[in-house]
Amino acid sequence: MEQAQSRPLPAGKSPSGPPARVADRLRRSPRVGEGAIQAFLFLSAALSIVITLGIVVVLVRESRLFFTNPEVSVLEFLTGTKWQPHISQFGLLPLLSSTLVTSTIAMIVALPLGIGVAIYLSEYASRRARSILKPTLEVLAGIPTVVFGYFALTFMTPLLRSVFGRDTVEIYNMASAGIVIGILILPLISSMCEDALSAVPRSLREAGLAMGSTRLETAVQIVVPAAFSGIMAAFIVGISRAIGETMVVALAAGAGPNFTLNPFRGAETMTGHIVRISSGDLSYDSIDYNSIFAIALALFFMTLTLNIISQAIVRRYREKYE
Amino acid sequence: MMESRDRPRFDGKLGRRKRLGQAMTSIFFLSTLIGVLALSALLYNIINQTAGLRAVEYKNDPAALAVDGLPVEDLSREQMVTVLQAHLTRGAYNKLENEKPFAERSRDDIYGLIVERLLKPKVVENWSLVDSLTKRGEIEAFVAAEAPQAKLEFVSWLTPEFVSRPQSSEPLRAGVRTAILGSLLTISITILVAFPIGVGAAIYLEEYARDTGLNRLIRTNINNLAGVPSIIYGILGLAIFVRALEPVMSGALFGLVQDPTTANGRTILAAGLSLALLVLPLVIINAQEALRAVPDSLRQAGLGLGGTKWQTIWSHVLPTAMPGVLTGTILAVSRAFGETAPLVVIGASTYISKDPSGLFSKFTALPIQIYQWTSRPQSEFWNLAAASIVVLLVLLLALNAAAVLLRNRYGRRAEQL
Repeated sequence: MEQAQSRPLPAGKSPSGPPARVADRLRRSPRVGEGAIQAFLFLSAALSIVITLGIVVVLVRESRLFFTNPEVSVLEFLTGTKWQPHISQFGLLPLLSSTLVTSTIAMIVALPLGIGVAIYLSEYASRRARSILKPTLEVLAGIPTVVFGYFALTFMTPLLRSVFGRDTVEIYNMASAGIVIGILILPLISSMCEDALSAVPRSLREAGLAMGSTRLETAVQIVVPAAFSGIMAAFIVGISRAIGETMVVALAAGAGPNFTLNPFRGAETMTGHIVRISSGDLSYDSIDYNSIFAIALALFFMTLTLNIISQAIVRRYREKYE
Repeated sequence: MMESRDRPRFDGKLGRRKRLGQAMTSIFFLSTLIGVLALSALLYNIINQTAGLRAVEYKNDPAALAVDGLPVEDLSREQMVTVLQAHLTRGAYNKLENEKPFAERSRDDIYGLIVERLLKPKVVENWSLVDSLTKRGEIEAFVAAEAPQAKLEFVSWLTPEFVSRPQSSEPLRAGVRTAILGSLLTISITILVAFPIGVGAAIYLEEYARDTGLNRLIRTNINNLAGVPSIIYGILGLAIFVRALEPVMSGALFGLVQDPTTANGRTILAAGLSLALLVLPLVIINAQEALRAVPDSLRQAGLGLGGTKWQTIWSHVLPTAMPGVLTGTILAVSRAFGETAPLVVIGASTYISKDPSGLFSKFTALPIQIYQWTSRPQSEFWNLAAASIVVLLVLLLALNAAAVLLRNRYGRRAEQL
């Protein structure tokens, strides 16, 4: 507005007159709105720090209440092999072991498949095949996890039971949950691996082919090793997702802590336990209430570490090729 | 001489290398196929459960209740009352009348009473859709042999009534209206909170932030937040919104709710805000990408014409980035729409048959409904879960279609600029 008003002023009539006034006015009228907007934008960005701090403070504070409870000791929490709150046994190992079993199965399913998909899409597939297959896999990535939980319970479990026998495979079992988590994280792993593969310079492939290697040899011996750190990052992010995955294990892996490594048996994972405990009527400041924060703290710590490692790997890998 | 000795060896190896190459190609293709097959199996499994044959034993034959050849479910309200009056004992009828006069009951409600009091259906056996279509003869033989008085009927669980009915403990009368409304309300709060803050944060990081330690920290931090498991956000919401901010979340602070203890802070508002925290990092990351794609020349042109930084962003950068920002936001929001774990932790209600009345009412959501029905042992609830999964997927599809439409519309406008 001010600019529009000052424009018709004849410039240059008096050297130190109107032009200086305009500049002066522009300088003197700080745009209050602009400052406020910028403050809002900064606060929005800073909110993410507040959220992180909030997570840490909440988890640590409530976990401290849990660990200062006379029935609980940190040592027992880390080494105890029984999680039975009603007899004051709080050992994390049964929950942790089933989390690790389901995640391991998930990675056994998702990693080879994910790399296979990525190599096929980036090195072999025609443009047409790619334009059909890639969106299809993206649909898989968009399906809510609770639907995968339903799939595990009503499809994968009966399938496993008919293959391995009803006596060996329990109704709720870690294998079914693990396989379905593997399917769930397959799109994530394949797209991360594909990004890594397509970031490898074309010249490397051309050099390999020119030296007489076959397409497979170029892909496996040149492109994959060059993209190895990216694949590694995908692997780690995949583990982190599998560990934090909740609904599939809550529905299909069983409701009751069980210290076993047998994938065909039911055992509750860390996330599954949190969901089961909190879906009942949970009263504040009970030991159950505090215990889910301690489990969540362990979970947060594990996934955060994995995410930081993968980011470090990705950063180093970017420096290498850009 | 040398050549002729070398060549066979070279050729022999070449054949093997080629065969290996072909074998591995099919393996790579196969792994892609497995992914596609898994998706097909998942969808097949759901569709297969949404309809099918069912053998039911009735205490009273529905045909006996028909009036003038009209089946009982098509009768008018008054006729249904007459049927009830005719078949119930006087005492039972008067008791129902005393609970709530028949004149005030809806037709649906009265039909519910007929089912509950007179028909009393008992499901003998359930078959999936594909079995029902392909093995009809076997099923009929089975029913004739095992349960001669049972009626075989084809039931579709996914009907318009299923979408429009409130939740009920009786599988055949259960619906998802409450859950859909809960989901939509929750997600609206999430969008209202996460969109402005997320885009604002992205603008700050892309347009204003200098490369200081604080800004680097914010950037790394957002990436880390995006990797935090969703259940942790549920726990954060439980501790902060539900417990610490209970007076705000239950509406007691504003005096809007007569009895604030009903929801205990476990309200739609608390759920929406928790999900907003969950999607915020995703919204920021997607919006940042959209802003980064705006060419710098646009900014320079805006600044060169004398616009201030914010004027340039508001009138040039944002409109150009809008299609990308909107698509990214909708993708993030559709993740929140299917999110279950945080809502369970915050304390979604296990059973509500009343529609949510506002921000401060108890909540349930479509994914919660699916979770609860799936965790029930009876197979009818699995059918209900499958039907609600179809509803959920259709809603998600609609959300994504909206993203495409918005992108096209804004995209054209941005081109005109």
